[in-house]
Amino acid sequence: MNGDLYEIWVYMSASPLAGLTVTLVAYQAGLWVFERFGRRPVLNPVLIAVLLLALALSVSGIDYRTYFAGAQFVHFLLGPATVALAVPLYNQFREVRRSALAMAVALLVGSAASALSAVALAWAFGGSKATLLSMAPKSVTSPIAMGVAEQIGGLPSLTAVFVILTGIIAATFGTWVLNLVRVKDWRARGFGMGVAAHGIGTARALQVNEVAGAFAGLGMGLNGLATALLLPTLYHLFW
Amino acid sequence: MLGTLTILLLCQLAGELIARVAHLPVPGPVLGMLILFAGLMLRGGVPNAVQETAGGILRHLSLLFIPAGVGVMAHMERLGAEALPIVVALFGSTLFGVAVTAKVMAALVRPTPDAETSATEDRP
Repeated sequence: MNGDLYEIWVYMSASPLAGLTVTLVAYQAGLWVFERFGRRPVLNPVLIAVLLLALALSVSGIDYRTYFAGAQFVHFLLGPATVALAVPLYNQFREVRRSALAMAVALLVGSAASALSAVALAWAFGGSKATLLSMAPKSVTSPIAMGVAEQIGGLPSLTAVFVILTGIIAATFGTWVLNLVRVKDWRARGFGMGVAAHGIGTARALQVNEVAGAFAGLGMGLNGLATALLLPTLYHLFW
Repeated sequence: MLGTLTILLLCQLAGELIARVAHLPVPGPVLGMLILFAGLMLRGGVPNAVQETAGGILRHLSLLFIPAGVGVMAHMERLGAEALPIVVALFGSTLFGVAVTAKVMAALVRPTPDAETSATEDRP
């Protein structure tokens, strides 16, 4: 009997089915907690799900690669979902065109502010050079951020971690900081989340308001473009 | 739904191909978003099926980041070694970036009544 159970465990822990299923279960649990306790942004469903899964993996001793063999089916949908952001963008296009100039200025200022403050703070608190360079592109979506990190001499895998943590921090505390600086305009709130915190910030914005979501998606795309073009140029200019 | 998924994948595929052939620094899905957007502009509207499926996927966009998020735990050692600069820089710059971008944008956009949040609503 014990042997059977062990065989089942071996099969389950190695099959993609388990990784996929626990990802969905953890997300539903995160959503449940989020809804149950008054939709507080601090109870971000992604954060809760990630913590639950990290705990489950370390308790069971299953390594990340095995888990990812199943979870990759969810991960894969990021591509088509990014394409789908064209729909809210189209729906809100009139608003977007009206605020094009404001967006261009906010993009350049916000993009520079995120990257420079990240590098400056890491430097001031004694971060190594590899950390500083890996930190610079962390506001943009991971494929771009990793490419930029490689170009300027950072570590792409470390950058990918910073990208995710940036998104989770913004999704969890962004609402609080936007209220603190008293920005009420949905367009500005969404754009700030998208520029500073890519897809995870956009996901959080979409959860709340379609206008904010459309501007967040656009902010994410524009900052990806700006960072990919400007950061390597700036780096080679000053370093 | 299947039709929309096919369209989304075709746009992504076209985006990946263009990015690779033209050596653009932009990821395929972002180009795919622009391609779909151009298509919607040409068509002059969003078909109902596309509206529904895209809405359905985007409602659960945060789910899609979970596998990568769990990947952070694989880097715990490196993060632990430089915990202080990393934590301070990530929190400081992220919240600073959100605030500065939103503040500049809010100062420059023309206000419209429907773009404002009401005081009690949940905000992003």
